[in-house]
Amino acid sequence: MLSIKNLHARVEAAEILKGLSLDLPAGEVHAIMGPNGAGKSTLSYVLTGKQGYEVTQGTATLDGEDLLSLEANERAARGVFLSFQYPLEIPGVPAMTFLRTAMNAQHKARGEPEISATDFLKRARQVAGQLKMDFDMLKRPLNVGFSGGEKKRMEIFQMAMLSPRLLILDETDSGLDIDALKIVADGVNALRSPDRAMLVITHYQRLLDYIRPDKVHVLAAGRIAATGGPELAHELEREGYDKYARAA
Amino acid sequence: MTLSLALEARDVSQLPSRRDEDWRWTDLRGLIRELPVPSPEASADASGPFGELGEAELLVVNGRVQGDLGLLNVAEGEQRVVRLRFVSATQATSHGVKLTADLKPGARLTLLESYEGLAPDYLVDADLSFRLGAGARLERIVLAGDDAEGVSVSLASVDLAPGADFAQTVLTDGARRQRLETRVEHPGQDAKVRMDGAYLVADRRHADLTTAVTHAGADGETEQLIKGVVADQGRGVFQGRITVSPGADRTDARMGHHALLLSDRAEVNAKPELLIFADDVACAHGNTVGALNEDALFYAQQRGIPEAEARAMLTEAFIGEVIDRIVHDGAREVARAWAAERRVG
Repeated sequence: MLSIKNLHARVEAAEILKGLSLDLPAGEVHAIMGPNGAGKSTLSYVLTGKQGYEVTQGTATLDGEDLLSLEANERAARGVFLSFQYPLEIPGVPAMTFLRTAMNAQHKARGEPEISATDFLKRARQVAGQLKMDFDMLKRPLNVGFSGGEKKRMEIFQMAMLSPRLLILDETDSGLDIDALKIVADGVNALRSPDRAMLVITHYQRLLDYIRPDKVHVLAAGRIAATGGPELAHELEREGYDKYARAA
Repeated sequence: MTLSLALEARDVSQLPSRRDEDWRWTDLRGLIRELPVPSPEASADASGPFGELGEAELLVVNGRVQGDLGLLNVAEGEQRVVRLRFVSATQATSHGVKLTADLKPGARLTLLESYEGLAPDYLVDADLSFRLGAGARLERIVLAGDDAEGVSVSLASVDLAPGADFAQTVLTDGARRQRLETRVEHPGQDAKVRMDGAYLVADRRHADLTTAVTHAGADGETEQLIKGVVADQGRGVFQGRITVSPGADRTDARMGHHALLLSDRAEVNAKPELLIFADDVACAHGNTVGALNEDALFYAQQRGIPEAEARAMLTEAFIGEVIDRIVHDGAREVARAWAAERRVG
């Protein structure tokens, strides 16, 4: 599914990723953990094509296709979805309008027919119900005046609606209380499937009690410093990132 | 110094110039070396941007009124929706027109006003007076669709009686040079004013929205929301002045002007002014000029929306806040479509 080899990337003059390699097969969930400033968010932006993140060396491919040469929207159409750490507010655009525009743009890019208004509504109601969301929230401008938890839930809602193949969750647990965390984690777990892969970026182990990873990678100083099973997350929770930060 | 005086006297030295403080960003004297010849009689067959909306139409072609001026006089308790079209139909000519609308106490008028340039390179002046009796209501929706090479000035002078309600929304995509100005004499005494507008300016077009409200008495309300989107080498001008005279206590006045610059060579000149000579007033103004939020743009692209479409969606939503405030349902949807057709960037 996702294969990253020797990735170097910089933001302005600073090199943030310094030779990161990672293989994420379909059907698996990998967690990326690391101290602040290790490059976790940079990795998510480089994979999704945000401007200002310059790749200087290395490759990232999705099912063999070079991701890095595609525009951000083309990557989305191929199934790459980023759940933002800080979802943006879009004043004046109702959440439903935004999502339907996005969905149809993706369908168009893949040469699929547009989704009808009725089918879209039906699906939206169903998914909103699963995530215990107030359906009226979807008629309001996207994320405007939403609480931190509501914004994260809206991210998972969009993810479930767009049905991506590669899901990148950037600090999805931040700003969530324990009840909201469970709902969001349930929403994410419902999307686990043999033809999907997930990259769960998190600072804390807490989220991984709910979204159980197959592998845990420690990202320190711009590269993968260690890889292990779920037990690695517990070790990090006990001992902190110090030894990896020092080793780097 | 006004365009209307210059046209009457056929004298370019009467044109306002950058030396007039209120015209420093919309210089006409420096632009016009010679007045174009007076416009001939002409006709306009096509319908205007409001189509068949409303009950009646008053057409003004090349400065000549074709229709019943009485449509603009609304009797006590009466209400109507009228299209008022100013059509400039002949290249390299000039014309002016003066009209008065009189709303008796309790009268209601929705005015669907349009400026339509059907030929390039004209010079047009429209001088409008509105008198609103006690409790009368006027909603004025203006779509200014001048030609890129046209020069167009419109001045609306509005005089309100106590309890009157004046609301307007002016949308424009500019012209070679264009000013749409509104001056309101506000008596306070529960009279209400809303003066909104939006400019969508691209290429080398110029749009100037200038407003002045004078609160003469206590207990008056004025609110204003102006938004602009400027691309290419376009220029947007907003001058908004709210004066609260001595004794106009408990005036509630709010002004907001927000503009997006979509290119390095686009320009916005803004002069918001609150002149307050009374105590116990609630007045506020906000003024911002910035670029489109790049993070919001990336967010939309990450969901699969191509960049150009994302930009259009975000700028349309930005202007939409002004359009949403139009009260007349039909006019609001016409305005929305009009703005969508003229989206810039």
